[in-house]
Amino acid sequence: MDKTKYTYAVARIRALEVSLFSDAFIEQLLSCKSADQVLQSVMEKGWGDMDSGSDTEAVLKCEEEKAWAVIRDVAPDMSVFDVLSYPKLYHNLKAAVKEVGAGVKNPAMFYDDCPIPGDEMYRIVENREFSRLPGNMSRTAQEALDTLLHTGDGQLCDIIVDRAALDAIEEAGKKSGEPIIENYADTTVAIADIKTAVRSQKTGKSADFMRSAMAECESLSIDQLIRAALSGMEEIAQYLEGTSYAGGADALRESPSAFERWCDNRMIETLRSQKYETFSVGPLLGYLIARETEIKTVRIILTGKQNGFTDDAIRERIREMYV
Amino acid sequence: MSELGIVYALLGAAVAVLLSGTGSAIGVGIAGQAASGVVTEDPGKFAKVLIIQLLPGTQGLYGLLIGFITLSKIGVLGGGLADLSVQTGLLILAACLPIGVVGLLSAISQGKTAAAAIGIVAKKPDQFGKAMLFPAMVETYAILALLISFLSVTGIQV
Repeated sequence: MDKTKYTYAVARIRALEVSLFSDAFIEQLLSCKSADQVLQSVMEKGWGDMDSGSDTEAVLKCEEEKAWAVIRDVAPDMSVFDVLSYPKLYHNLKAAVKEVGAGVKNPAMFYDDCPIPGDEMYRIVENREFSRLPGNMSRTAQEALDTLLHTGDGQLCDIIVDRAALDAIEEAGKKSGEPIIENYADTTVAIADIKTAVRSQKTGKSADFMRSAMAECESLSIDQLIRAALSGMEEIAQYLEGTSYAGGADALRESPSAFERWCDNRMIETLRSQKYETFSVGPLLGYLIARETEIKTVRIILTGKQNGFTDDAIRERIREMYV
Repeated sequence: MSELGIVYALLGAAVAVLLSGTGSAIGVGIAGQAASGVVTEDPGKFAKVLIIQLLPGTQGLYGLLIGFITLSKIGVLGGGLADLSVQTGLLILAACLPIGVVGLLSAISQGKTAAAAIGIVAKKPDQFGKAMLFPAMVETYAILALLISFLSVTGIQV
């Protein structure tokens, strides 16, 4: 009977998938004349609530919270979603370490919709109560804070926390026992490694720097990626062509924004088959990522319209939809 | 010896009802979870998902039918138990097995298919007819088992 524990949740998600934005609706948003029109269109689709009014950021944040509220409501086991909450959790750790190191406090730097919200994370780091942090996070927090206080090197601190976040995501994926979560976690880590390689190549970083920033994953060889990054951007593209991330090579040659877009599209591609699953956690993950992609796309369109970008410039950046 | 014959025959009726009834309960339960999920978000689809949810319930009725015929045949219902040999009792037990076993397994499978079909109704309510057909396909095998059990039970001379 355990195999059918997601039946209720998946059926509920199926009913909710109907209200996800299609590519056609995104095109409609693109054809809006102003950011206000875009916001109005999404609000007519039910985005935002009484509190958010017509404040863009509040509407987008409200939608993120709604997506997580649905998952919390339907999921029989939230631990499989650790792979999704870790980026925000580790971001909070990074922000708390830096703020404690600098002796300032800025609540706007934190995410509150994660297992340890900003205030609590700040207190943990400030009082060095690292044992309250889950898993290997306590060791990471200790190391990052000590490094920042001793060296004053913010980038080194970032690398320690970001690398720990990727390791935690990969491990959570393996521990979940759900193939789709494992696949998603591995893809997340692989894409982060590719981004690190691309940025390191552009800024001329050393192999040691890349090795400390990249996390091990199943679908990529870090050593080969580092060797390619040391040789040049074309070599990175050539290496990717021989992996399951071949599409990234073309995007890399096209433009940085095309590559970013490809990263998100690759994730949606990984999850698209989950639309036909009935008894697994996959559709829940698919819905959550679809909502995040939808929100990100609306944010890109809003920002583009606010800054007077042309429709083509915005179109280059918008992501493929799940439905 | 004759007492053991009636015990086997009754066991047959019990197997038919128990196994197919259990299968239907599980199947309707699985489909019911999916139906609840859809109705939580869209109560307007209640009637459609209810019909699909009920499809795995038929195996229980088939088992009941065979159980009822068996009880009538051996005189439990009509009063005055038939004097059955062990061989006849075992024959009746064997005759009840198809609907019991196939009823159990097909109802569970049908429940899972019904849950998936409810997903179709959730996204495309206008495809209700097609959605109904997928779980209905599983019904075929329950009907075949019912037919064999029915012919066997009625064909055995008491």
